[in-house]
Amino acid sequence: MSVSGDPAPRRPAFRFERWAPLILLGGAFAIYVVVAFATGQAQYLTFENLIAILGRSIALGITAIGQTFVILVASIDLSVASLISATAVLASVIMDGEPGMILPAVLAALALGGVVGLVNGLVVSGLKVNPLIATLGMSLIIQGCLSAFVSNFAGAVPAEFQVFAYGQLGPFPFALLFLLALAVLAWAVLRFTKFGSDMYAVGGSEEAARFAGIKAGRVLVLSHVICSVCAAIAGLYLASRLRSGAPWIGSDGVYDLESIAVVVIGGTVLAGGRGGIWGTMAGMLIFSLIDSVFNIAGVDSFAKQVLRGVIIVAAVAFYAIRSKRIVA
Amino acid sequence: MTAPVIEMRGITKTFPGVRALSDVSFDVRAGEVQALVGENGAGKSTLIKILSGVYRADSGEVRLGGTPVHFSHPVESLAAGIAVIYQEFSLLPERTVAQNLFLGREPRTRFGLIDARRMREESREALSLFAAAGRIDPDRLVGELDVATQQVVEIAKAVSTGARVVVMDEPTAALNEAECEELFAAVDTLRGRGVAIIYITHRMREITRLADRVTVLKDGEIAARFDEVPEPGAIVRAMVGRDIEDFYAPPARPEEIGAPVLAVRGGGNDRLRDIDLEVRAGEIVGLAGIQGAGRVALAMALFGEAPFDRGEVTLDGETVSFRTPRAAIRGGVGLLPGDRKSEGLVLMQSVRDNGMLTSRAFASPLSSHRRNANGDLGGMDRLLDGMEIRAANYDQDIRALSGGNQQKAIVARWLSMRPRLLIFIEPTRGIDVNSKAGIYHLMRDLAREGAGILMISSDLPEVIGVADRVLVMQEGRIVAEFPHGASEQEVMHAATGERGVAA
Amino acid sequence: MTDGTRPRGAERRLRAPRINPVWILLAVLIAAIIYMNTGFVEPTGYMNFLKRAAPLAILAAGQVYVITSGGFDLSVGSLITLVVVGSSMLTNNDPAATLWVIPLMLGLGLVVGFVNGLVVCFLRVPSLIATLGMMITLNGLAFLWSGGAPRGYLPDTYRFFGRELIRDVPLVGFIPVSVIVMAVVIGAYGWLMHRANLGRQVHAIGDNPVAAHLAGVPVARVRITAFVLSGLSGAVAGILLGGFAGVSTDVGAGYELQAITAAVLGGAQLLGGRGSVPAAFGGALALTAIFTLLNFLGLPQPVRQVVQGLILIAAVALAMHRRRQTGT
Repeated sequence: MSVSGDPAPRRPAFRFERWAPLILLGGAFAIYVVVAFATGQAQYLTFENLIAILGRSIALGITAIGQTFVILVASIDLSVASLISATAVLASVIMDGEPGMILPAVLAALALGGVVGLVNGLVVSGLKVNPLIATLGMSLIIQGCLSAFVSNFAGAVPAEFQVFAYGQLGPFPFALLFLLALAVLAWAVLRFTKFGSDMYAVGGSEEAARFAGIKAGRVLVLSHVICSVCAAIAGLYLASRLRSGAPWIGSDGVYDLESIAVVVIGGTVLAGGRGGIWGTMAGMLIFSLIDSVFNIAGVDSFAKQVLRGVIIVAAVAFYAIRSKRIVA
Repeated sequence: MTAPVIEMRGITKTFPGVRALSDVSFDVRAGEVQALVGENGAGKSTLIKILSGVYRADSGEVRLGGTPVHFSHPVESLAAGIAVIYQEFSLLPERTVAQNLFLGREPRTRFGLIDARRMREESREALSLFAAAGRIDPDRLVGELDVATQQVVEIAKAVSTGARVVVMDEPTAALNEAECEELFAAVDTLRGRGVAIIYITHRMREITRLADRVTVLKDGEIAARFDEVPEPGAIVRAMVGRDIEDFYAPPARPEEIGAPVLAVRGGGNDRLRDIDLEVRAGEIVGLAGIQGAGRVALAMALFGEAPFDRGEVTLDGETVSFRTPRAAIRGGVGLLPGDRKSEGLVLMQSVRDNGMLTSRAFASPLSSHRRNANGDLGGMDRLLDGMEIRAANYDQDIRALSGGNQQKAIVARWLSMRPRLLIFIEPTRGIDVNSKAGIYHLMRDLAREGAGILMISSDLPEVIGVADRVLVMQEGRIVAEFPHGASEQEVMHAATGERGVAA
Repeated sequence: MTDGTRPRGAERRLRAPRINPVWILLAVLIAAIIYMNTGFVEPTGYMNFLKRAAPLAILAAGQVYVITSGGFDLSVGSLITLVVVGSSMLTNNDPAATLWVIPLMLGLGLVVGFVNGLVVCFLRVPSLIATLGMMITLNGLAFLWSGGAPRGYLPDTYRFFGRELIRDVPLVGFIPVSVIVMAVVIGAYGWLMHRANLGRQVHAIGDNPVAAHLAGVPVARVRITAFVLSGLSGAVAGILLGGFAGVSTDVGAGYELQAITAAVLGGAQLLGGRGSVPAAFGGALALTAIFTLLNFLGLPQPVRQVVQGLILIAAVALAMHRRRQTGT
């Protein structure tokens, strides 16, 4: 809790937060190894299996990269899950098994993402609507529109596009390499561009950013667009993986909450201004390892869901409990 | 004599209900330090905000290098070469020194990417002007630097934008002795480079050390102008210049002072050391000191918000150890926080709700909000009436009231609890001059009724005028004590430096 | 420095008694319903309407506490599901079991609210994340408990509260039991909020938790109480819904957002400080009236979601607009 006056002397200390994602990742990996040995399933400790573990988290990873952008500017996006469903269905319906329609379908999905992000950003920055509410409202709108049109698997993804999810380059799946490339790109944007620097400024202190002449509204909108476009890419990936679009894939994966949890576990603070992509990637790895631990240990899928809820809250608490601020 | 860089002519600014500045003229030349002094509320900040484009003057003009300018946003004045260093830093603690120095105007490579190497080099260059430069790594996070170094970064930022005019608003408020010296050296460097400096302060020592010329503002008007630094008394007279006897309530007569209400022996925690303190019934004790000296920490320790971890506290002779404000309130301590808006008021609630807040907090949550053991709505209305609070009605949101009336509502909150000890932190901050006297008399009335009062204020004349006894703090300790009627110089001297001058 | 003084005129001007816009909205909607279906003025018309609105109205009354205290409670929808599924498992077609199952379910609501409050206050997890985590966990528990396929049946003794009518009432002819439950809950919650100390303290901690804390308000205790009241309202709503609807694992889905929308329509301020139980009741009736109208117009179910999303965003945007004009 902050009470004015008498600022405490600041001294350079061991910055726990900076190392926390790595510590957590190490812990998760250790648990994974221990559980694999304890259950006598050391065969899970191969390179191929580790790659397979990662492969299950591609969509979450892509979404979380986008979510990192909005959280860095102190916003949040709860519409990603619905948007993932919507873009997966849209792409699959447009393709409808025709290889020739792949490009239009991809472009349409990305455009949908861009528009949703633009609207989210404008509602948050222009109408000053609380980002939780703005994006929850957007989520309802997208889900409503979607279920007005489809209620089951719709369209079909041609084999050529299934390469996105199933193709391999040597031992590495395409999708994994794509995720890595996307992460490098996002890292470069945050690290080397003026937009990246502006994002940290807006998230850290909107007032300081404005005083430095940064157009805070524009930065916020652009972050939302990036987030939604990432969700659209995740939707494309899932369509390719399921070979068709389904209106429930986004909400079934709980991508909204999980992407936020991954970002927070990765050390990006919900209040904005601090964090980065590699933390988010570590967060994604932690989540996939925990998931694999459940699989190896044979945890019932419903029990898994219960544990996930607990883990997400615990992860946020892990960081939050150290602050003295009153939260609500 | 060089022509002025900045000329402000006939500036008048009125806020609803208050004339903040009337017909103020002011100029600064290149390579000089112009001290701008005045009490809280004299209009210094308003003048600077007009200069930097935060506010627009009702009349008058601002000339920069001879040409009239109209800024509508601080970004514009910054671009024109006027850099204002505010008390609240505009630095981002989570970014590096270099990133902060070049925030919003990062050097780019030919590919449009941020040129980190050039940024680092130019940062080193900008910092090299200052003695502290050797200690500042451009890649360090600003949040890891101490306050004085942050201030140097803040100044370097102003310089690196190529500012011709630098405004510093009480820059030493949070600095200790050694850090002040470093800052003064930095100011000298700027002056040597031909920058015009407006230096806001009310510390005589800094004026003597730094200023070339002095302008004194009082109640929104120019009270005096000195082309060379006069003896401190002349500045103080110009600053205060009113009949102190009427303004402050008379001090307590010896027979009005009773038994000790509060006694602290050897109190300490991570901000405080060796605190010995006594406050008697009927007495107002003032706490003076620079920002960061531990005055607020002491208040928060007594109030249980940041408790003592050693020493003994007695209240009315009983040993107490409050771990939370709630426990302290239950034990008979009240506190009026220093930042009314963020710590004192629940702004969206009514005047009555603000007054009843504490008494309701100690009543059963299921009982009626109209009355409790400490009083009822009617009683609260009488308290509010008694303090002559100006409001359309007491059901009105408190945010619509003036600062003085808001403060009175918080006083009413505590009156209804009848505390033994009441702590006032900056009781008149942001309150117009006329309401101040009302608050002072209220404090005196409370003391007469037998409460002990501890007052913290950064307004030195106020502490000296109101308190029966002034304690001076420095670096977490009480270093001096003065009776009523001490001089400002004596107290300031004790607060800023050399110890052992206790009367 | 001189911002303290406001225009004297503003101080002198008496505040005109302003009517909450939600009642005007409700009146217009009711008029439209009557225009489309004159049967609405008969007791069967409006009593059925009130009966349908009852669960939402009760939830909104609980949600107003959490919103006014500065948070969100997104766990109530899944709490409803858990209550309905759990009741069907526990009663196991035994009419006598209702007697202990209902108090147990109320206890469940209380515990869920209490845990939410503890997580927010002591683990310092923002309520959005804490209650979203709770939502996932409770949904998982509902699945786990029922094995994914709940038995679709509750004994009549249990369904009494949701389904039965008290007949032979003078003037109106009959009153559904659920409407009586609603009246009792709204009355009790309204009294606590607007006539008791608790309500003033909930307002205070939502308005400025630091100031409330320094004034001696037990912030954590009050905040936990707000979550407990919301949890209880979720349990009551679940018991009523178990009466009208069948048993399924999605009975509660979406109710949390409807409750927030109702509260916001009633003028509750997001992030705390202002909220009214009667106005949230008005908001719940208005939302139900909108859904009723959409039904009359023959619009498909998904349109409801879209409309609700739009209303949510518009209500917050309008509130923000008004606040900027009055200058908070």
